[in-house]
Amino acid sequence: MHRKGQRLAATAMALVFIGAACGSDDDGGGGGGASDTTAPVTQGAIGEGEGAVSILAWPYYAEDGSQDPNYDWVTAFEEDTGCEAEVKYFGTSDEAYTLFGTGDYDVVSASGDSSLRSVASGDAAAINTELVTHYDDLAPFLKEQAWNTVDDAVYGVPHGWGANVLQYNTDEVSPAPTSWGAVFDPDSPYAGKIAAYDSPIYIADAAVYLMATQPDLGIENPYALDEDQFAAAIDLLTVQKDLVSEYWSDYVAYEDNFRAGSTVLGTSWQIITNTLQADEPPSPVDAVLPEEGSTAWSDNWMIHADAANPNCAYEWINYITSPEVQATVATTFGEAPANLAACEGIADHCEAYHADDAEYYDQLHYWTTPTKECLDGRTDVECKDYADWVAAWTEVKG
Amino acid sequence: MGEGRGGDAPAPSPSPRRVLARFLARRRRLRLGLTLSGPLLWLLVAYIGALVALLVTSLFHNENVGVATEMVTDPALDNYRTIIDTPVYRDVAVRTIGAALAVTVIDLVIALPVAFFMAKVASTRSRRQLVIAITMPLWAGYLVKGYAWRGMLNPESGLIREVFGVSPGYGLGGTIIVLAYLWLPYMVIPIYAGLDRLPNSLLEASTDLGGTAGRTFRSVVLPLLVPSIVAGSIFTFSLTLGDFYINRLLGGTTQFIGNNIYSNFGVNLPLAAAYATVPILIMVGYLLAARATGALEEL
Repeated sequence: MHRKGQRLAATAMALVFIGAACGSDDDGGGGGGASDTTAPVTQGAIGEGEGAVSILAWPYYAEDGSQDPNYDWVTAFEEDTGCEAEVKYFGTSDEAYTLFGTGDYDVVSASGDSSLRSVASGDAAAINTELVTHYDDLAPFLKEQAWNTVDDAVYGVPHGWGANVLQYNTDEVSPAPTSWGAVFDPDSPYAGKIAAYDSPIYIADAAVYLMATQPDLGIENPYALDEDQFAAAIDLLTVQKDLVSEYWSDYVAYEDNFRAGSTVLGTSWQIITNTLQADEPPSPVDAVLPEEGSTAWSDNWMIHADAANPNCAYEWINYITSPEVQATVATTFGEAPANLAACEGIADHCEAYHADDAEYYDQLHYWTTPTKECLDGRTDVECKDYADWVAAWTEVKG
Repeated sequence: MGEGRGGDAPAPSPSPRRVLARFLARRRRLRLGLTLSGPLLWLLVAYIGALVALLVTSLFHNENVGVATEMVTDPALDNYRTIIDTPVYRDVAVRTIGAALAVTVIDLVIALPVAFFMAKVASTRSRRQLVIAITMPLWAGYLVKGYAWRGMLNPESGLIREVFGVSPGYGLGGTIIVLAYLWLPYMVIPIYAGLDRLPNSLLEASTDLGGTAGRTFRSVVLPLLVPSIVAGSIFTFSLTLGDFYINRLLGGTTQFIGNNIYSNFGVNLPLAAAYATVPILIMVGYLLAARATGALEEL
C-alpha cells in the first residue's frame, strides 16, 4: 500500500512538471486552413537547385526505371539538374489533396477535382509562368482555365489530358462493348467480374451514362447534379454494386485482376491497358471510349505554397513539360500531351488523342470538384457538393 | 571544495549543482517525479495528446467556403448524431466488429492445439524452433503478405482455388481469412506462454483421478488459460478493428470502419475523427472486461 501511494505521488509530481512545461499550449485540434486574401506573390527567379525535390504524382507520371527499365525519365532529370527526385504515387484525387495538404511535397500532378481544393486551402503557390520555359507551347485551351487559375493567378501548369476508358478482356467479352451500359446492365452476363473505380468522383461516370440514356433528367454537366439527378445516379450505382467484384484504387492490383481473368470489364486508364498489352505474352485486353463519351482528367503541375525545394520544383515542371519528355510520357501513359511541340515526333499519337483539338477536348467531362452552386450555371436549384458525394459513395459501398 | 563544510565557520557559497543535489537528496518523491517527467511527457503529448486531438476534432464540423471546406471549431455533437442516424455507419461498424470476433475465434481454434503441442508435447529443442516458425511471418512486411494473399485468393486462378476447387475470392470472407493469418502469432504466443507455466503435475493429477483428455482440458487447462486467451484476443480483436488496408486490398466491395475513416479524413476530418472513436470505445469496453478476468497481467 505504501509503495503504491509513493508511486502515485511521483506520478502526480511528474504531471505537475509537465503541466508547467506545457503552459497554455493545450489546444488539441488543428485549425482549418484559412485562405489568404492578399494577392499572391510568385517566385521571381529560379535560383540554384536545392539538390532534392519531392514529387507527388499519378502513377507512371514520374518513372525512374525501377518498375520497367523502358520507363525512365526521372534519372535524366536528376542528372541534368542535380535535384534528387523522391516520387510518391497516389491512387485518387482525394489522396492527392490530402497528401499535398501535409506540406511534405514540393509538386503535385493535380486533376481538376483536387486542384481547386488545394488552391482554396492555401496549399498551392501561385506560379510565375515566365519561369516556365515551355509555357508558350502548351495548348491554349488548357492554360488559364477554371481548374488551374483563380483570380488571374495561375496555380497549375498543364501536363496532359485524356479520357477514362472502358477496358475489357477480349477473350471473354464478346461482342466488344461500345457503351458504358456494359458495366451498368443488371442482367450483364459478366456480373461478378465487373470493376468500378473506388472514388466518389465515379458518381460522375454514372451521370455521364444517364446523360445519354435518361435525357429527361436534364443532366448538362455530370459534376453539377441536383437532388433528383444525384438520386438517379446513386440508384444506378447501387444496382451496379451487385455486379461489381471490386472497387479498385490500386492500379497494380487492378492489372493483376485482368491478368487473372477475375475482372473482365471495367473503367480504366489507357496506361493500364497499354501495360497489360505489353505483357509477355500480351494479356487479352483492349479499351474503348464508349459512345456516351466519358469522364476525363486534365492534369496540372502545382507547387506547394511552403515548398522546401521551390527551385527544383520549377526545374521539374520545366523538365516534365519539355517536348521530348512530354512525348515520352504521353505515349507511355496514353494521353494527349499539353505541350504541342511534343507532337512533332509523335504526330500519330497526337492525332489519335486529339491533342490539338479544342472541340474534342470540350466534349469530355473533366474531373472537377462539385459545389453547391451548380457548375452548369443553374441558379434555381442547389447542387450536391463534394461532401455529399463522399457520403453517398460510402452508402453505395454499404 | 568540501573543506568548507561543517564547523561554525560561515560556509562559502556552494556551487549551484551542489545546492540542487542537497535539495533533491532530501526529497525522494521530487527526484522520482523529475526522472519520470521525460517519459511521461512523451506519453502525454505524443500518445494521449493525439487521442485528445482526435476527440476534440470530432466535435468540430466543416463548412463550405467555395470549393474548399473550412473547419469550424464550435464544439457540437453533430458528427456523432450523423454516425448514429446514418444506417451505413452502423452497418459498417457491426460488420467490422463481426469480422474482429470471427478472426479472434479462428485464431483461438488454431492457436490452442498448436500452443499445446509446443508447450507440452514438443521437445525443448523443437520447441524453440516452433516459436521461431510461428513468429517468422511477422518478419515479412504486412503489405507483402497482403499482396501474396491477393494472388492466392484470386477467384479465377489463385492457389486456394487450384487446391480446394473453390475460393472465397475478394470480400468479407477473404479479408477474415487473411487477417486471421496475419494475427495468428499474437494469439499463439500468449497461450503458449500460459501453457508453459502450467505445471505438468496438474495434468498428471487430473489423469490419475480418472479425468479424460477432454475433461482435463475443460476443467484444468482452460480455466487456467483464460487470462492468456483474453490477452491474445486483445491483439487479434483490436488489430482487426483498426485494419483498413487488408480490407482495401482484399475486401472486394466491402468496407470496414478504417476504410470509412480513410475516405472521409481528407474531405470531412471531424466526421472521420468522430467515427474513429467507435473502435476506441469498443476497445475500452473490451479492455475493461478483460481486466476483470485478470488477463491484463499476461500482457
